[in-house]
Amino acid sequence: MTRLLLLLGLALLAAAGLSVAFGEVALTASQYLAALSDPASPPGEILWAIRAPRTAAAAGVGAALGLAGAAMQGLLRNPLADPGVLGVSAFAGLGAALAIALGLAGIAGAVEGSALAGALVAGGAVAALAARLREPEALILFGVALSALGGALTALVFNLSPSPVATAEVLSWLLGSVENRAWGDLAWAAVPALAGAVLCAASGRGLALLTLGEETAAVSGLPMGRLRAYAVAGAALLTGAAVALAGVIGFVGLVAPHLVRRAVRDDPARVLAPAALAGAVLLVLSDLLARLIPTETELKLGVVTALFGAPLFALVAWRASRSWRA
Amino acid sequence: MSPLLELKEAAALRGRGRVLDGVSVAVRPGEVVGVLGPNGAGKTTLLRAALGLQPLCAGSASLGGADPRRLAPDVLAARAGYLPQERRVGWNLPAWRLAALGAALQPPARARELALAALERVGLPGLADRGVLDMSGGERARALLARLLAGGAPLLLVDEPTAGLDPDAQLMVLEILNAHAAAGGAVATTLHDLGLAARACHRLIVLDRGRVAASGPPREALSPEILARAFGLDGALIDTPAGPLVAARRLRERP
Repeated sequence: MTRLLLLLGLALLAAAGLSVAFGEVALTASQYLAALSDPASPPGEILWAIRAPRTAAAAGVGAALGLAGAAMQGLLRNPLADPGVLGVSAFAGLGAALAIALGLAGIAGAVEGSALAGALVAGGAVAALAARLREPEALILFGVALSALGGALTALVFNLSPSPVATAEVLSWLLGSVENRAWGDLAWAAVPALAGAVLCAASGRGLALLTLGEETAAVSGLPMGRLRAYAVAGAALLTGAAVALAGVIGFVGLVAPHLVRRAVRDDPARVLAPAALAGAVLLVLSDLLARLIPTETELKLGVVTALFGAPLFALVAWRASRSWRA
Repeated sequence: MSPLLELKEAAALRGRGRVLDGVSVAVRPGEVVGVLGPNGAGKTTLLRAALGLQPLCAGSASLGGADPRRLAPDVLAARAGYLPQERRVGWNLPAWRLAALGAALQPPARARELALAALERVGLPGLADRGVLDMSGGERARALLARLLAGGAPLLLVDEPTAGLDPDAQLMVLEILNAHAAAGGAVATTLHDLGLAARACHRLIVLDRGRVAASGPPREALSPEILARAFGLDGALIDTPAGPLVAARRLRERP
């Protein structure tokens, strides 16, 4: 376990190093030296004020999504669950769309705050329900309904939006990106994300017990109602913070836990921390790819993760279906 | 001795029907009590009611003198352990980790010790590191039994522990449950194999459509009259050197 975390930490460092070193602007060796010795020089600006916060944002968002995904998979005992499965992402997207369509994009933090609020509304609804409904299937169905509602309401925002500019802006935001993020953006998103991470970590023992099924877990000595609520609230905070900072980014939360599942022997508690690190590595690399693939307009991060995530998702589903048959 | 489990005139609803109807049961230390009855008679509901998982519409349930629905989770788990019939396991945990979930209240190192000891008791010491989804059905059933034993609760509520096991494993499971009772614990277990129940249990409770049709030592509880009334069988308990057996054929009509 410690070795796995160490390896993932090193991978993250390497990915972050690459991500800070490479970008649209190719730097020469002397420029790198200048950037390292003098952060205020123009190459220093590129590295420390543009690329570094962007890399940190990608790592933070990836970690949040990976952790939220692992918590959701444990809670729902379902290897195909992800942070979006309970409708939290859809409502965060809706919150952002509303803020942009209402012309609030100019106010600092309005779009982000609105996205977080959307996530918390959906998360609150699911958490209230999770305390009453024991069966994961019922929660998943409710989440599907909530996701559909969030999607429909976002479509309604498009539909009624008076200006095509606002519509394009919403769409661009929904595709997800960590471009042009400043250290300040990261700092405030870190608050709900850290709260969510603490809640998810606290729910770990409960997630492990859920392996036995809801009823057996309920009489196994831990306050399961509370731990389930922690997992839902934690995942909602993490997802909300991620969407607020970077828009809707799919598949990282689904795939990251699977990359480390085998190494922790499928343990729903021990998968949490490695899944967060794996998510961070994945998203930093995806963002690097988005920058390096030569296209006329830079690829959106959500597009890149979906393009690579969808085939991975199919592979995961294929492998999972084989273990179900066994 | 005061009972570890007591149901008094317990009644429970499913939909509009009563799955339990005026059931009174007490289980005392040292006892293995078999809960028998045809499918749908209310056996599982009885165990779930004892744990507070099934709300009662009348009567009362008590675990060591307190309503199980009012007990704090850790107190409940310290009084009773539950092994459901359902053997689906969510993730492919190694057997020792699955068994350690039974001792969720213990520190991890202690839980692991208890889990390894329990795996030894169920005859799986060599498979502690095997993933439970990579095991045969019988092995997984025993790993889940180890999970129950690792909890160390005095009262074990066990649902169909022998279903799907080979004859030797069935006898081993009942031996383990009897050893638990002999050490001062108590067991209530549902069983479908009447002969096995007659041999392994001190007392039998026969449920029929949510009511107690008979309660007492095996020979009384499985009298030809009860076999006919509760199970629709024309049969009898026959003594053999290995203990009693039930031989029966189907009755055309239940009396």
